[in-house]
Amino acid sequence: MKTEGETVAAETAAILEGILKRYRDDDGNIISILQDVQDVFGYIREDAVNWFSKKLDIPASRFFGVVTFYAQFHLRPRGKNIVSVCCGTACHVKGGSKIAEQVKKELHLNSEGETTNDKRFTFEVVRCVGACSIAPVVLVNSKVYGDMTVDSTSKLIKKLKEGAGAKK
Amino acid sequence: MFKVTIDGKTIEVQEGTTVLDAAKMLDIPIPTLCHHPKLTPFGGCRLCIVEIKGIPRPVTSCTTPVSDGMEVTTSNPYIEDLRKTVLELILSDHPNDCMVCEKAGDCTLQELAYFYGIRENRFEGERRIYTKRDGNPFIERDLEKCIMCGRCVKVCDEVEGVGAIDFGYRGFSSKICTPFGKDLNCEFCGQCVAVCPTGALTGKMWKQKGRQKDIKEIETTCPYCGCGCSLTLHVRRNEVIKITSREDTLNEGWLCVKGRFSYSFINSPDRLTKPLIRIAPKDQSNPPLPPFVKGGRGGINNSLLVTRYSSLFREASWDEAVDYIAKRLKTLKDKYGPDAIAGLSSARCTNEENYLFQKFMRAGIGTNNIDHCARY
Amino acid sequence: MQKNNLKKVIVRVCIGTGGLAAGGKEVIDAFKKEISDRCIDIDLDFTCHYQKVGCRGFCARDVLVDVVDGDKSLTYQCIKPEMAARIVDEHLIGGKPVKEWLIDDTYYAFHAKQKKILLKDCGTIDPEDINAYIDVGGYSGIKKVLSEMNPEDVISEIKASGLRGRGGAGFPTGLKWEICRKTPGDTKYIICNADEGDPGAFMDRSIIEGNPHSVIEGMMIAGYAVGSDHGYVYIRAEYPFAVERLRLAISQAHERGYLGKNIFGSNFGFDIKVKLGAGAFVCGEETALIASIEGQRGMPRAKPPFPVHHGLWGKPTVINNVETLSNIPYIIRNGAQWYASIGTEKSKGTKVFALTGKVKNTGLIEVPMGITLREIIYDIGGGIIGDREFKAVQTGGPSGGCIPAEMLDIPVDYESLAQVGSIVGSGGMVVLDETDCMVNIARFFLEFTQAESCGKCVPCRIGTKRLLEILDRITKGLGREGDIELLQKLSSDIKAASLCGLGQTAPNPVLSTIRYFREEYEAHIRDKKCPAKVCRDLLTYYIIEEFCKGCGACLRACPSGAITGEKKKLHKINPDICIKCGACFEVCKFKAVGRE
Repeated sequence: MKTEGETVAAETAAILEGILKRYRDDDGNIISILQDVQDVFGYIREDAVNWFSKKLDIPASRFFGVVTFYAQFHLRPRGKNIVSVCCGTACHVKGGSKIAEQVKKELHLNSEGETTNDKRFTFEVVRCVGACSIAPVVLVNSKVYGDMTVDSTSKLIKKLKEGAGAKK
Repeated sequence: MFKVTIDGKTIEVQEGTTVLDAAKMLDIPIPTLCHHPKLTPFGGCRLCIVEIKGIPRPVTSCTTPVSDGMEVTTSNPYIEDLRKTVLELILSDHPNDCMVCEKAGDCTLQELAYFYGIRENRFEGERRIYTKRDGNPFIERDLEKCIMCGRCVKVCDEVEGVGAIDFGYRGFSSKICTPFGKDLNCEFCGQCVAVCPTGALTGKMWKQKGRQKDIKEIETTCPYCGCGCSLTLHVRRNEVIKITSREDTLNEGWLCVKGRFSYSFINSPDRLTKPLIRIAPKDQSNPPLPPFVKGGRGGINNSLLVTRYSSLFREASWDEAVDYIAKRLKTLKDKYGPDAIAGLSSARCTNEENYLFQKFMRAGIGTNNIDHCARY
Repeated sequence: MQKNNLKKVIVRVCIGTGGLAAGGKEVIDAFKKEISDRCIDIDLDFTCHYQKVGCRGFCARDVLVDVVDGDKSLTYQCIKPEMAARIVDEHLIGGKPVKEWLIDDTYYAFHAKQKKILLKDCGTIDPEDINAYIDVGGYSGIKKVLSEMNPEDVISEIKASGLRGRGGAGFPTGLKWEICRKTPGDTKYIICNADEGDPGAFMDRSIIEGNPHSVIEGMMIAGYAVGSDHGYVYIRAEYPFAVERLRLAISQAHERGYLGKNIFGSNFGFDIKVKLGAGAFVCGEETALIASIEGQRGMPRAKPPFPVHHGLWGKPTVINNVETLSNIPYIIRNGAQWYASIGTEKSKGTKVFALTGKVKNTGLIEVPMGITLREIIYDIGGGIIGDREFKAVQTGGPSGGCIPAEMLDIPVDYESLAQVGSIVGSGGMVVLDETDCMVNIARFFLEFTQAESCGKCVPCRIGTKRLLEILDRITKGLGREGDIELLQKLSSDIKAASLCGLGQTAPNPVLSTIRYFREEYEAHIRDKKCPAKVCRDLLTYYIIEEFCKGCGACLRACPSGAITGEKKKLHKINPDICIKCGACFEVCKFKAVGRE
């Protein structure tokens, strides 16, 4: 009664084959596979999960359980640029939440995880990136900006919108 | 063998026995919710916590193996107070609707709340709200009543080997998930329903048919296949409203979709209650019988069938029918011998009927040409 | 153009996380460019070498640049790429250091009371070059172990050193190894826990980024001691740079034959795999970490059995944290006696702390166990920013507690911190001052632990949610009489009944803040006031008449139209419309907006 694994397009299948080849012999490879799927597609695609589930004979429910457990995995596509505000302890006491408010305001977003309409920016909150001595920090993709203020945040976002340091 | 003392009573148990099992041997009750004897220990509900001499914090008896000379206390004011807090926390995130719950009277959580006398709740707060209804045909999944004991996940994985569901998300938002939150699409063996300690998983066909106090339990054997699983029919006003299976049976309480859910034919209005004798010649039965149409009772569109069949068959009395069959069988047997006759019987008859039918074929007709989906 | 036997000048640039964020890479490129530009015009009488080094701790003044000329080393602070030209011209070529950019005495005061073992090499060697580590004695520990010691000797050496787990619980490392060694089994595993999830701690990251080979060597020695030939490093994916460095270090060690089969001609072989975490704090817990390596949801399981008996894939497994493992080569090289001579009776050696928050000199410090909190905060940290009043120091992250001013003289070791209701933990130290609200801090941590709870056990899944809800209503001015007692009761029950370390310690921030700052809770609940003026819903904004110049700045900044007033006349805030955003407070140049 189980549904057959969804078929995927040939070029997708080739990508997935490549990922599978890398981890086929690894025990406990679900997380590594999902990390690669997310790297390639930007999010966890259902058809990809079903494909791997069939190939590895691991129930799709287990993949889904892992995907929803770990903060790193996303079920929906995100923006081209990820603006993350750190709200770890050091950043919190140094006003991280104000920085987060400012980012939201500048990007016209209401809450964490949202993406701008033009799909350029996604706003996220992260819990400590280990850059506490230069708190509060903002990450744009993986670049760290330290000692941020409300003003410098505004300037940073404006610059990003104009295209400096961000993907179009 | 390890010697272990529980609440002052000493017992020798095999290495690897858990404290909970050792206590059970001594007939010492320890409350549990997530524990199930046939599944691997989980340790999530925290109700079975006990104190062990030499260990600074309480430990769960379901996960802790005994060691030699262990001294265990299963109940004291401190432990009972902790259990009460844990129960209150569970209930603070559980709908307080026992009055309409299918599981009332048969619910472990309800029983525990009763024994711990929980009426007021110190920890009232936000509850999980899930409005989406699972559209599968058999299993009602009310995730708001789920206490995340994980029994359903484990039974699906460890006993059925299917893995249709798993834990999803985390923390307060964690819930039991199908892949990508779709409707449940599995074998519908219903083992998850059988092990659920609350009203989170019930049979869709059980709805408002009657609860534990109304029913009479009748033990029988499943006729569907040769496994012969033991069934417990839950009967209310002479109607089977639910089927379960006891854990102390050959099939250990496990059933399949047919044994557990396929009983609606018993009281189906489409069922023949009188003998029918064919009136039209066989070649007139072409064109074929009317097709099955979705949406009718029991899956068949009634009115169409009635019109069609009435042109082919007429109702008869039992005496007339039996006489007719006897006469025809005798003629055939005399002319062609007993092996010209074969009999097929159905799982939807009782076991007694099926027994009699094969007896009739073998002893009465004198042939071994007899079969049934459970084989003879 | 280059002559032989020229003197060698080293330009050493910090590219730890802080250094990188401040532009370390750009600085090093600027130096390279400036030097090569000048090579064309003039014959330099020296060769310039560039060294990228890991974090040396004083991140507050990044980018730090050392110019090493022979045995003379000078350090510049807050260097930007555009400053490179002048340093090259005046210092490197001209021989005269640029005085005003040199680091001041605070840098030396910052280091005076530290005792650097792990961080010493971290800040001076190139982490991307295995030779740099070998030059300072690296891999001599494993060499010594393989040629002179049997596994039992190694274990007794580590036991004698008194080293305890640096990940939080402080379990004696030697003892852990011994139990694992004695557990029967052909296959055993060494896991390095680099899932540094505590917000406010980043020493593991810095060690891996600054001295990855020390961790590898530590794992090899551990492998030899317990009889394991397989190691895993479980590292946060949020540390991409550390992952890159670690992978590079492992491949370099492989090339040299330091990892693989028959290491240094012995029968001992060891290999390391890197596993990336996927963003779950609870995976720092041993059994959850194992589940995660096995590719499952990181949900902890009940102990016993402990991982040393039944760990990864059911095999005996030793899990040590990065800092613990990084200590091992130094202990083997210098002897247990040397290590045991540092620290206190029960807590030996040094501990790395991440000193952050409202302290002047934020950064990574390494101190001998037993140093007082006062020495750390005032002598090393240089006191509180803006010389405001110290209120508390939060140690141990979400599992720890807040220690108030009257306890600043307690020694920092496992037992003393536990006694005052906190923990050493992984070594985060967040300094709080008078402008921090303790209820808000407790709420912050509960928000964290609640979001990171795996959801397996009831006390943690629902209990922390309820704690957060109660704290939330208190900070919103909806606290009720009896809430403090309810928090205490629920906290102690969660601690007692939870399955794993996360739940068992999650209420600590609540309990310790109630213990030392009960009056702040009472002010929130009874008077509906936040003494530190942090909790937004409890504040009221008003105009102080004598200071208001009627400039209209507040009026323009107010997003809700709550401020009225004509130009050059007194303005007013309508409290019914005010949404308490604080915009007026921020913009007023005359301090005419008050709040209470």
